[in-house]
Amino acid sequence: MKYIDEFRAGDLAQQIAAKIASEADPLRHYHFMEFCGGHTHAISRFGIVDLLPANVHMIHGPGCPVCVLPIGRVQNAIQLAQIPGLILCSYGDMLRIPASNGMSLLKAKAHGADIRMIYSSADAVKIAQENPQRQVVFFAIGFETTTPPTAIAIQQAQALGLKNFTVFCNHVLTPSAVSHILQSPEVRAFGLVPLDGFIGPAHVSVVIGSQPYEYFAEEFQKPVVIAGFEPLDVMQAILMLIRQINTGRAEVENEFTRAVLPAGNIKAQALVAEVFELRRTFEWRGLGWVPYSALKIKSRYADFDAEQRFSIPALSIADNKACECSAILRGVKRPQDCKIFGTVCTPENPVGSCMVSAEGACAAHYRYGRLRERNDAVIKEN
Amino acid sequence: MAMCLAIPAFVEQLTAENHAIVNLSGIRKEISLALVEDIAPGDYVIVHVGFALQKLDPLEAERTLAMFAEISCHDQDLS
Ligand code: SF4
Repeated sequence: MKYIDEFRAGDLAQQIAAKIASEADPLRHYHFMEFCGGHTHAISRFGIVDLLPANVHMIHGPGCPVCVLPIGRVQNAIQLAQIPGLILCSYGDMLRIPASNGMSLLKAKAHGADIRMIYSSADAVKIAQENPQRQVVFFAIGFETTTPPTAIAIQQAQALGLKNFTVFCNHVLTPSAVSHILQSPEVRAFGLVPLDGFIGPAHVSVVIGSQPYEYFAEEFQKPVVIAGFEPLDVMQAILMLIRQINTGRAEVENEFTRAVLPAGNIKAQALVAEVFELRRTFEWRGLGWVPYSALKIKSRYADFDAEQRFSIPALSIADNKACECSAILRGVKRPQDCKIFGTVCTPENPVGSCMVSAEGACAAHYRYGRLRERNDAVIKEN
Repeated sequence: MAMCLAIPAFVEQLTAENHAIVNLSGIRKEISLALVEDIAPGDYVIVHVGFALQKLDPLEAERTLAMFAEISCHDQDLS
């Protein structure tokens, strides 16, 4: 398939790996965070870490939308789904997130709640159209990529005059999460998470552009290289980060120029600005309360805001005690540091949110990373 | 389908109400073009949760591929 195969070519991967090996300074360590879950997945799936010298370290960031949603909001959705006659629509991954008391949307569905997995926000509007007698709530989550489709759904519902469609909005913003990490004590004071640079997200940047990252590069003196999702993209971005560090630069560079423009997708941004506004603060799993890091529906569209139509209490629910997701999302720990990783907690039976979606660090490591560790062991034994 | 893992899709035909049929590695799907402009059959788009987010720029793709292959100034050090 065009635009996929060429960006996975093994010989080129070896060439970029050779450049990385020759240009990385053996006297220092490089720590790069890939913010986005899509990159976490690619790094695990294609064994990119195996192609890097031992002094180049990749740290998983919090860019998995399913992973960062706090349990309280999942619990809210489960409660909404209990309202008689209500239909709750959500993207598939959300259904398996464990909430409190071993509950999940999937289990609520098994107990009779009408919860429907949708592929697109447009499906939720359609369900509302087809069920005029019932309340339909779209449990909307995600970063800047999924927000414009939600905005379109709200405008569509308005144009259709739907009285039974609302959105439970949980959309969050990437740049605020990155600054929060850079300002966190783990990075700033304790030095627990050494961070030398970021691989900027692919699709989020398609929407917001490369400009929003200029701030970190300048303010925190950390280079950012926006990368596509294919393995060669990620490798090249790592090489570009190493080159920036070696030459003392902290700039925003774009490796994904085939899809990311400096200003991003202006049409999508305008739609989002029309329908949403900033929340003062929002709770993230792993990061806690992060100021101005999420969106809510503007009062002009209050008729389509589930938080206006239903009473949705603020719930703060702690993670399962054994689960290290919160530390993993901050880059402080790795999946294999969790005591129940791969034993009690598996993708079939996730205990924490990082094991749920393919972009979650634990799920990615479970699927691909363990194999690699085993291979490593074999190589070392020989 | 995982939310964030999308791949480039080939636009096969435009359909009613600003939609298009795309081919995602052999799988055909109808998606919305509401977030993009000037899409024609033959273009490649990045699709996410049923919406095209951007058109892929073929020239930039070529440039990036050329950059992967470019010889590094340190290569002579490799033996
Ligand atoms: S393995 Fe499971 S319990 Fe452990 S940190 Fe990951 S998601 Fe949480």
